[in-house]
Amino acid sequence: MTDIPATPVNPTRPVKSIYSGGAEMRRRNAAEARFRFYGLFAITLSLGVLAIMLWTIFSDGVSAFKQAKLTFPVTLAPEVLDPAGNRDRAEMTKVTTIGYGRVLAGAFRAELEARQISTEGVSDKEIAELISKDAPGVLRAEVLADTALVGTTQVMTVLASGRIDGYLKGRVTRATAERDAQISPAMLDLADRLQDAGILKTGFNLGFLTSPDASDQRPEAAGLGVAIIGSAYMMLLVIVICVPVGVAASIYLEEFAPKNRLTDIIEVNISNLAAVPSIVFGILGLAVFINFAKFPQSSPVVGALVLSLMTLPTIIIASRAAIRAVPPSIRDAALGVGASKMQTVFHHVLPLAAPGILTGTILGLASALGETAPLLLIGMVAFVDNYPAPPVEGFFDPATALPVQVYSWASRSDPAFIERSSGAIIVLLVFLVIMNVTAIILRRKFERRW
Amino acid sequence: MTVFLLTLVIIAIALAGFFLGRGRAISSVTGDVRRLHSLPGYHGWHAALMVLMPAFGLLLVWLVAQPVVLERQVLPYLPAEVVADDTARTLAMADVRRVATGLDAAVLAGTMTEDAAGTIRAELTDLRARLAEVGVALGSDVKPETLQAAQAYRTGFATAIFWRGIITIAAALAGLGYALSVTRADFRARNRVEAVTLGILITASSIAILTTVGIIWSMLSESVNFFRQYPAADFFFGLTWSPNFRGGSELGFIPLLWGTLYISFVAMVVAVPLGLFTAIYLAEYASARTRSIIKPLIEVIAGIPTVVFGLFALVTVGPFLRDYFAEPFGLGNSGSSVMTAGIVIGILNIPFISSLADDIINSVPQAMRDGSYGLGATKSETVRQVILPAALPGIVGAVLLAASRAIGETMIVTMGAGAAAKLSLNPFDAMTTMTVKIVGQLTGDTDFASPETLVAFALGITLFVITLGLNVLALFIVRKYREQYE
Repeated sequence: MTDIPATPVNPTRPVKSIYSGGAEMRRRNAAEARFRFYGLFAITLSLGVLAIMLWTIFSDGVSAFKQAKLTFPVTLAPEVLDPAGNRDRAEMTKVTTIGYGRVLAGAFRAELEARQISTEGVSDKEIAELISKDAPGVLRAEVLADTALVGTTQVMTVLASGRIDGYLKGRVTRATAERDAQISPAMLDLADRLQDAGILKTGFNLGFLTSPDASDQRPEAAGLGVAIIGSAYMMLLVIVICVPVGVAASIYLEEFAPKNRLTDIIEVNISNLAAVPSIVFGILGLAVFINFAKFPQSSPVVGALVLSLMTLPTIIIASRAAIRAVPPSIRDAALGVGASKMQTVFHHVLPLAAPGILTGTILGLASALGETAPLLLIGMVAFVDNYPAPPVEGFFDPATALPVQVYSWASRSDPAFIERSSGAIIVLLVFLVIMNVTAIILRRKFERRW
Repeated sequence: MTVFLLTLVIIAIALAGFFLGRGRAISSVTGDVRRLHSLPGYHGWHAALMVLMPAFGLLLVWLVAQPVVLERQVLPYLPAEVVADDTARTLAMADVRRVATGLDAAVLAGTMTEDAAGTIRAELTDLRARLAEVGVALGSDVKPETLQAAQAYRTGFATAIFWRGIITIAAALAGLGYALSVTRADFRARNRVEAVTLGILITASSIAILTTVGIIWSMLSESVNFFRQYPAADFFFGLTWSPNFRGGSELGFIPLLWGTLYISFVAMVVAVPLGLFTAIYLAEYASARTRSIIKPLIEVIAGIPTVVFGLFALVTVGPFLRDYFAEPFGLGNSGSSVMTAGIVIGILNIPFISSLADDIINSVPQAMRDGSYGLGATKSETVRQVILPAALPGIVGAVLLAASRAIGETMIVTMGAGAAAKLSLNPFDAMTTMTVKIVGQLTGDTDFASPETLVAFALGITLFVITLGLNVLALFIVRKYREQYE
């Protein structure tokens, strides 16, 4: 072994480690840090915007689940509500909501007087305007359902008008009230006094989830009942249509289809359909199901057909992946003990692929539930305030859907509807979260590595 | 018998067929199922299918043919000039059907006997009032010929329903009889059942083709109608969009195309850098743990319905841009603008680009990274000079797919971009897109004879062609890229 002579340091060249680099190295490291920062910045920005969006919607929408209500005794004067005096329902239907409105307003004023609540600066008409325009109709329906109520005094809880509701939730202030024809600062003062007296209270708003949509004048009464039923009907039909067809199609394409021109065309078609803008499916639905096949407009059945055609490619793609993931050894074993090809698929491959298919289907349904544009074209944006009948006839009744309700409320002028719209989004998101979590749990529970 | 009831009866017969067929197969070999060609269940299924297929086939044909045949029977009662005119005939037939339902309702409510409903004369009774009692409101008094036609319609309808039940059930029973007669030990029931199953599978997979055909056919036929009424050159090259339902509309496509492209451009300017940097960070820098948290969070954006983004654009982004950018700089005072819609669509597209780009970056072979590090390159240099060039075709494909989604996006532009068709360069101006106008022209009362409604179909097919073209191009580029590494 020879000693390696100590290499003399070349005095003309300075020692330089790449760790303690010079200007060039510092520049490169700075560029590296910048680049990394861009990535972090992009992620932070995206997630930040997502957070802001969800936060604004939640903070706008949570108040839709609360509602200002007025509670006061109402004497159901027989001379107004039943002029004939015989409690005959047919005769009493001739009394319109205007009559009931007068009864309510009178009772409300009487209560204010009895409780000695000052009404200075507020006219009688304005006092009546504190009560929702929806209340007389509700009272009328109640009285017609039970005519024995006429003549008695009932403690009624009715909705307060949208502006008062907005005042309690902080949407309407004295400053906006000055510019608003529907409310005055004096009315807000009265609302404060009513609140102190315990007549005006806010409580949980069950009506938001159950009652049908209401007209522009009565945002306080608008609810999601019809939209939830409509969406539920559509999802039910989409499942009934999509799952069998989607699974059958993916079985054929994965297991039976010969490699030929036709199979190629089908495959290209499916991947292209998955990328077609959803509104195009709406045009298809309008032209084929409504104009050509004469299905009723705005009906859940047309909505479901359109959404099914739209979701089908997604479900087929997911199901095919699940079927492909079943290892060939399973098939070989089944074929080896004498099963037919069809038996192999239905007895062995399909049950093993089922969890994957299910997960894909739930995710497809979730995207169908949030789809809006095609439903606008088939008329589901129409104002519907009757509940659709129970299935099967109900599938042909006019209805609306959750995301469409979000849109139609957002396009109304009264700002109170923005609150409703955001509230509807919360309901929609709750359903979507439930579906996605179910899919994730299913995937975790049944995921199988071969 | 209603269709629903009939369906139940047929299903009951099929169920009986299943057990009968199975039982017969077993008894034909005196219980020794090993001697059967097919398992007993297959014989059962065969019998059930032989019941279901002819019965439902017939029912389907009947349901399609019945209205046509009935209309033919009723037409002689209507005046000749009504029959000759298509629109008048449709209206008259609707009247006839309405009166017939009214009579049905009256009989059902007990306000009219079955005999009376058949013999009643419009001249003698105020039919309109009597039908209103049972909740069928008529627009005008009932004409004698309409009533006669309605009565003929009712009798025809009753006969049709009666025979429909008889014939379908007969077909079901005949199918059952046939199936039972062929059920023997050596009958190849499984092969038959499997052939039918395969037929069902093939039908299911051809629905995708049918959908495409339906899309193209529906839009093409209405577009042809449109171009018959409105010159194609004026549509494709017109610079003004001002539809007017009283006629004299100018339906120029250019402003809509400009709005669509401008908004999509803004969206891509937002989405491409953000999405790409997100993907690069997740693929190259983030630890496995960070990645497993951030990636699903980013994908949450893709799971949120677009109408939610629409409301966000309308309520938050629009007013924010107006108050802090457009008005202080004197660029406009509209909350809905190209920027509003573009930015929000861009955000919507971030997860789309990032997850596609992530996959593509991950598929770049590790050897290329190692080579670059070995030469002393830093991570960012490796990404910029090695990985991105290698992944470029895939990324271009992803960007094209995202652009196609931005062009076809509807709810965000409907709620955030405005409705004014304008040719302007100011990004804070309200502009409109093809999708907005499709929604606008097709919601509410639509009249499928006027060009103002039909133009939506021409817009639809243009949109379809543009997005399809982008998708095909993107898939082509992506596929070509894949071939390089495999």
